[in-house]
Amino acid sequence: MTVALFVPCYIDQFFPQVAVATLELLESLGLDVVFPDGQTCCGQPMANTGCNSDTAPVARRFVELFTGYDAVICPSGSCTAMVRHHYAEYFADDDPAFTSVRDRTFELCEYIHDVHGGRIPDVCFPHRVSVHQSCHGLRELGLGSQSERMVQRPDKVAAVLNQVQGIELMPLTRVDECCGFGGTFAVNEADVSAAMGRDRIADHSGSGSEVIVSADMSCLMHLQGILRRQQNRLQVMHVSEVLVGRELETAPLAAAQRS
Amino acid sequence: MKLPIVDHPTAAKPFVTNEDRSHWHDDALWFVRVKRDRQASSVPEWEYLRERASAIKTHTIANLGDYLEQFERNATARGATVHWAADAEEHNAIVLKILRQHGTQRIVKSKSMLTEECGLNPYLENNGIEVVDTDLGERIVQLREETPSHIVLPAIHIKKEEVGQTFHTHLGTDAGASDPQYLTEAARNHLRNKFLAGEVGITGVNFGIAETGGFVVCTNEGNADLGVSLPKVHIACMGIEKMIPSLADLSVFTRLLARSATGQPVTTYTSHFHGPKDDNSELHIVLVDNGRTRLRGNDTFRPAMHCIRCGACMNTCPVYRRSGGHSYRATVPGPIGSVLSPSRDAKSYKSLPYACSLCGSCSDVCPVKIPLHHQLLAWRGELVGNGLLPLSKRVAMKTASFLFQRPGLYRTAGSMGRTALRVLPHFVTHNRFNTWTKARELPKPPRESFRQWYIANRGNPQRRDSVNGNATTHANTRSNGDAS
Ligand code: SF4
Repeated sequence: MTVALFVPCYIDQFFPQVAVATLELLESLGLDVVFPDGQTCCGQPMANTGCNSDTAPVARRFVELFTGYDAVICPSGSCTAMVRHHYAEYFADDDPAFTSVRDRTFELCEYIHDVHGGRIPDVCFPHRVSVHQSCHGLRELGLGSQSERMVQRPDKVAAVLNQVQGIELMPLTRVDECCGFGGTFAVNEADVSAAMGRDRIADHSGSGSEVIVSADMSCLMHLQGILRRQQNRLQVMHVSEVLVGRELETAPLAAAQRS
Repeated sequence: MKLPIVDHPTAAKPFVTNEDRSHWHDDALWFVRVKRDRQASSVPEWEYLRERASAIKTHTIANLGDYLEQFERNATARGATVHWAADAEEHNAIVLKILRQHGTQRIVKSKSMLTEECGLNPYLENNGIEVVDTDLGERIVQLREETPSHIVLPAIHIKKEEVGQTFHTHLGTDAGASDPQYLTEAARNHLRNKFLAGEVGITGVNFGIAETGGFVVCTNEGNADLGVSLPKVHIACMGIEKMIPSLADLSVFTRLLARSATGQPVTTYTSHFHGPKDDNSELHIVLVDNGRTRLRGNDTFRPAMHCIRCGACMNTCPVYRRSGGHSYRATVPGPIGSVLSPSRDAKSYKSLPYACSLCGSCSDVCPVKIPLHHQLLAWRGELVGNGLLPLSKRVAMKTASFLFQRPGLYRTAGSMGRTALRVLPHFVTHNRFNTWTKARELPKPPRESFRQWYIANRGNPQRRDSVNGNATTHANTRSNGDAS
């Protein structure tokens, strides 16, 4: 199996450790992982703003770059959902390059759960963890059951995390409330976005969790920004970092205080 | 009624930055949302019902002309008078004409978002007619000279202490009283006299049934029934999208409506009206278009006509819950309001499709399966197409697109940005001109991007030599370099 790793732009620039963990994880599953050069962004910021003509060339580049692999794996539910559910308007319905890339692009946990048989290598993370379900992962990719729809679906992120030794998943009061990131929404509607983020954090803190884990680093970037502003000791980690056994930071506050 | 239009973030600010009120409002609506979940999960065929409801609406709206005519025929045969209004002005004029014919001084009105949309209250008041809203929440906002902030819970933004204050001023209740029981009792006594003095009763319509020519009004307080049982004249104001084909279809919607709206199995009163109540009475039905035909003509937004005004999308919307209904400056707020308002006036309401994090909860909670968040996204595309996105945002997106198509430039920009964030003092990167940092720190920029790490640890990334594939993996792509 030759799989391509798609590293979204903000992970490439701001959270390379997440991409490294993803790469290591995929390699430890015995996959032949390539990192196609020239990749940048899936086009989501432009698409979500409604700038469709600015999105189209970015989407076409993406499909050209990622065509021909057995799978394209991305450590972000949101970017995966962009490719799978929002690319259609930039391509002809029967464009074979598009349909094959669309059908082979997977979010990391989804790939492990659905394609790779669900097993992960042995790893230990002896901490209390609360899972943040990203809206796009949950409602667009169906990575878990959601409270609005009366349909039961396996929780793919939790299923993978539950195999980690020593991990304790803490329950939240509002299991699938939006964190308030929403891409450019975080900037356009800064007050509402921050209020949503603070509420999410209160729920995670209240659960007794030590670390918020999510399959979407973008939600975590927003939550982490608020946690640092609050000088809150709660941490964030991408699911891939937990799955390759990264340690929890020990002194988050000292590092957080810049000024 | 023309509401002042401002930017949603600006309009939302006082509400959402008042943390106590915002939390209280959020909790109140979340409570309703949880009740809804409990009710929905008690119906095993819930998703099937949603599917049915959506299909019935799609069918009805495709054949709307036929069903409206059938409705008119059957309603007329039952002795009702059917009027057609192209817009709000015509609707108001028709109502006033009927009232004048009967020399009416005061009317009692049950809750109707349509009359709200048409600005009927101020119109009638300007014409010397006293209007009494008989829904409790609606009466509260009326006394406070406000507008409803929610389509099902019009006074959800008002705390019980504030209701006590309002009643103290207008109804003479004890100062400082906030006991709901006491206040409700006071409102009931006050309204009873109004009911007795009402000369004409006006109601909205939840469902018009083409097959029978009858219609249904759903309330929890029974005020619609009370309002029309004494007067000789009943005027029912109905948006043309309220039509459904048959009585059998009604059952699908009554099972969905109250569960979605307030988490009740069914509304307390589901009142059917089939013609005037007796030979001495009159029933007038005003069928109102007011932009609905235009919406129907739009392939993308037509499904918004499915809406049964249950309010579930508002209760679930994390933006609505924290910013309050008035921040939308529209008769119908929340997700569905943000779809409907720009279809009336794109320029004035252009900020509403962006008042959304695209979480998608609204689409999945909607009992008639309107793809609300996709419609909001589609609206953004329309706004950009019509040149209604502010230039600064337009330029930002053009620049981003330019960079994302040029990996070399993207890398340079990325590395410059990271360096800047690392070396610039905190006050330069975190100030009031940077909206992100109003409430958040920026991410701590790493020294190297993932690509740089990859080259250092795994060798060159895979290159495409031509657009059509031919990937070449460089010899050292899979070195055994230690990953950590
Ligand atoms: S759009 Fe759907 S959820 Fe919102 S009010 Fe209408 S029917 Fe209810």
